[in-house]
Amino acid sequence: MSLSPEERLELQKLAAKVRRHTIEMTHKAKASHVGSSLSMVELLVVLYKKILHIKPEEPEWPERDRFILSKGHGCASFYALLAEIGFFPVNWLDTFYQDGSRLPGHATHTYVPGVEISTGSLGHGLSVATGMALAAKRDKKPYRVFCMLSDGECDEGSTWEPALFAPQHRLDNLVAIVDYNKIQSLGTVKEVMDLDSLAAKWRAFGWAVREIDGHDIDAIASTLSSLPFEPERPSCLIAHTVKGKGVSFMENKLLWHYRSPQGEEYTAAVAELEGQE
Amino acid sequence: MRTAFIQELFAIAQKDPRIVLMVGDLGFGVVTPFMEKLPQQFVNAGVAEQNMTGMAAGMALSGKIVFTYSIANFPVLRPLEQIRNDICYHNANVRIVAVGGGMAYGALGPSHHATEDIAVMRAMPNMVVVAPGDPVEARLATQALIKHQGPAYLRLGRAGEPLVHHTPPHFEIGRAILVREGNDITLISTGGLLPEAIEAAHRLSQGGINARVLSMHTIKPLDEDAVLAAARETSAIFTIEEHSIIGGLGGGVAEVLAESGISIPIFRRLGIRGGFSSEVGTQNYLRKRYGLDAEGIVKTVRHALEVS
Repeated sequence: MSLSPEERLELQKLAAKVRRHTIEMTHKAKASHVGSSLSMVELLVVLYKKILHIKPEEPEWPERDRFILSKGHGCASFYALLAEIGFFPVNWLDTFYQDGSRLPGHATHTYVPGVEISTGSLGHGLSVATGMALAAKRDKKPYRVFCMLSDGECDEGSTWEPALFAPQHRLDNLVAIVDYNKIQSLGTVKEVMDLDSLAAKWRAFGWAVREIDGHDIDAIASTLSSLPFEPERPSCLIAHTVKGKGVSFMENKLLWHYRSPQGEEYTAAVAELEGQE
Repeated sequence: MRTAFIQELFAIAQKDPRIVLMVGDLGFGVVTPFMEKLPQQFVNAGVAEQNMTGMAAGMALSGKIVFTYSIANFPVLRPLEQIRNDICYHNANVRIVAVGGGMAYGALGPSHHATEDIAVMRAMPNMVVVAPGDPVEARLATQALIKHQGPAYLRLGRAGEPLVHHTPPHFEIGRAILVREGNDITLISTGGLLPEAIEAAHRLSQGGINARVLSMHTIKPLDEDAVLAAARETSAIFTIEEHSIIGGLGGGVAEVLAESGISIPIFRRLGIRGGFSSEVGTQNYLRKRYGLDAEGIVKTVRHALEVS
């Protein structure tokens, strides 16, 4: 898939809009995880606009491709994107974290159209995705299952159990995407639990692996339109990303795993993103 | 019990393609016919219970009725968070089957004693907890759990348990089975100790104590009506389980009694006190050691009645 200039511009604008929502939501909610939400925005935008077979007006459409946000803490941008493409009203985003609302701080399926499964504890999503992919194979259904993981999540042993299982069962309808932003909870990935070489690890487990710049919209679109990367193998996309991407003072800063944008920081972040829309 | 379970599941699965049996690389000789005849409905997840449980949720959310199967604590405690978040939170049609509930794998040691599983599973939202009392109940429970909507835990014994029911009783999830009439005291048993409870009732009757015996095959939802009827109609209640006295059948019955306002002069929980067994032993040896065989039950009952 190659994108026309108009398509590229539309996706870039949507990404900026999703980022602005993310800042506004985490500001109002005084919420953490803004950096984790911002690093995967281009991946989400390209997936939902160009790759996934979905019907926002019919969230339970049986033939839909499934998407699981295993890194459930990054849900602010995910909710924002789901709202922007029509799964639920955009004004719900104002209720993020609020008492009595539907949108908690980790991706939740209850009453939120478009959220396939609830996540929040790391190392769960890929197993559930693998079960869905196995069921699709057994039932000879054409849908695919996509699972977005964080790099910190690759510390979990339970991530590597389905990583072993899926190649054994030739689940080429399964796609793992690692949002490799290189910063985890208490330090950089290199400092805490070095994953290098992450691509070699997934390859050694039997996955077909591609590595791209996870903010390059053209690269994401072209790579994810050639699935499976190899026949009879699950696909793993390692997306090199920048934590806090899109707001210059948040980029590559551990602080923004926790800090909520307030005061002048909030104003500056919104101004920077409005310039991109 | 495991034979009754697997035969029943195999028979139903041949007609119902939604049923999937998923094992954690265990069940040699037991699951083999299922594996060979229904490969499209069988999954060996390998020695990876967390993934087994998460995948079971994923398959169930894709329209399957999934039975995860392993021994003792392996399908329960290792993947507990997957049970809670992936299965229970999504109300997924997964049945977790543990073979060797209690101390069925006695001599294998405490790592293989499932003695806190009922307490832990009872606390899980949406989870139904079933521990059949004999192979007939195991068969009926399997049928009932296929029709049930939502998650369930099926705690089985191992193999060779005696038959209690010679004709199939009426079996309903959440309804105790009255196995023996009696109006002096009530013995409420769950799981494979049912024959011991019945034998104890028989011995007590020789001493003039007429014991009612209930097979409480469902611990959650607990049959509160049967418990309260026992409290009203008999003067003592004894719960009997091959499980810690904390949080299992005894705990559940105590909660019902305490909240009912009905006072019962004598209530005792028979089960495992004091944690891990310090001795090696077969199931029968360990039951005796913990006072859970017929002789031990009789002794506890007589002592409680004399003290009062």
